Amino acid sequence: MVSAAEAWATVAAVPDPEIPVLTIEDLGILREVSVEDGCVVVTITPTYLGCPALDVIAEEIASRLHDRGMGRVQVRTVLSPAWTTDWMSEDGRRKLRDYGISPPGQTLLQLGVRCPHCGSVDSHERSRFGATACQAQYVCRACLEPFDYFKDH
Amino acid sequence: MNDAATYALRLADDALVLSQRLCWWSSRAPELEEDLALTNIALDLLGQARALLTHAGELEGAGRDEDALAYLRGEREYLNLLIVEQPNGDFAQTIARQLLFSTFQLARYEALQGGPDEVIAGVAGKAVKEVAYHRDHAMRWTLRLGDGTGESHARMQRAIDRLWPYTHEMFDGDHVDRAIGADPAGLFRDWQAFVSCVLDDAGVAIPADGWHPSGGRRGLHTEALGHMLAEMQSVARAHPGATW
Repeated sequence: MVSAAEAWATVAAVPDPEIPVLTIEDLGILREVSVEDGCVVVTITPTYLGCPALDVIAEEIASRLHDRGMGRVQVRTVLSPAWTTDWMSEDGRRKLRDYGISPPGQTLLQLGVRCPHCGSVDSHERSRFGATACQAQYVCRACLEPFDYFKDH
Repeated sequence: MNDAATYALRLADDALVLSQRLCWWSSRAPELEEDLALTNIALDLLGQARALLTHAGELEGAGRDEDALAYLRGEREYLNLLIVEQPNGDFAQTIARQLLFSTFQLARYEALQGGPDEVIAGVAGKAVKEVAYHRDHAMRWTLRLGDGTGESHARMQRAIDRLWPYTHEMFDGDHVDRAIGADPAGLFRDWQAFVSCVLDDAGVAIPADGWHPSGGRRGLHTEALGHMLAEMQSVARAHPGATW
């Protein structure tokens, strides 16, 4: 019989399809994994309600558990408590920065967001909406490069 | 349909119809960033609508899922407010609709966060964060257009004048609103304070109250909704039950 810890380790590595450098554990959307009467129950929560990645994530969770021989799997979606970027791991924030997306919570005195390319905080918001529901577009005044910012939420 | 399902459907239809309206702007907005902004807002609203439609179907207990409710109801069965179905018009009219409705929708979700229906409270708790961005987006554009050139100011004023009559219906609650959700009449004061502050700053005059169209909550719609639904539902009706 599989343990909840083994099941967690298996699904924790599932990548976010929109920002594949992050796992669902890094993002903080993997909330709970338990084993109930031989069935693995995985609880996830969406970042945004309309997040189109959630269905793909649920399929990938089930598929990885099946590959590990865990036949009975249920993926539950919960809305409450509402996801917040505070749940993103430190490791996840570092991966985002390395990937070229400024992680959430980097606003210094509301002056600017730190550019993931050159590190300057002399940046300005180009649009509050970006390539995915959870990002905004910024431009760095120091190196002139545009970059995405993972919005505080 | 029972009152609880009716209330969930009202919330869902407001979000779904406005989402469909905003999708039209994809590839047509005045700049690329705006294309992304309006379609992101549409996506947020669609996410809210899907969760609420599913919930409405479960409360109804007649076996209808989100797709059956979205694609297989006629115009007279849609319960959205008239303001969200109004045509996009020019960009100013779309922004005016966003300002007037998002301000209301945000206040309503804030009030519903602590409500007794756990699913609606859960959706509301997530949606307040999303709609705060929508309202902010509309506010910034209202200021830019209203306080911009002569042409942009005239268009912003015309848009507010055109949509103002439809704002009254938002606060016309009935027994279903009061029994299940938040009485919209109680949201008016905050809505008015925010909207009049933005319009003042934008140099846009607040229109006099006059004509007071309503009926959306009872399925009585303006001409605009039927045309929109005909397009939105055409594929689902032409190929019933199709999957891919």
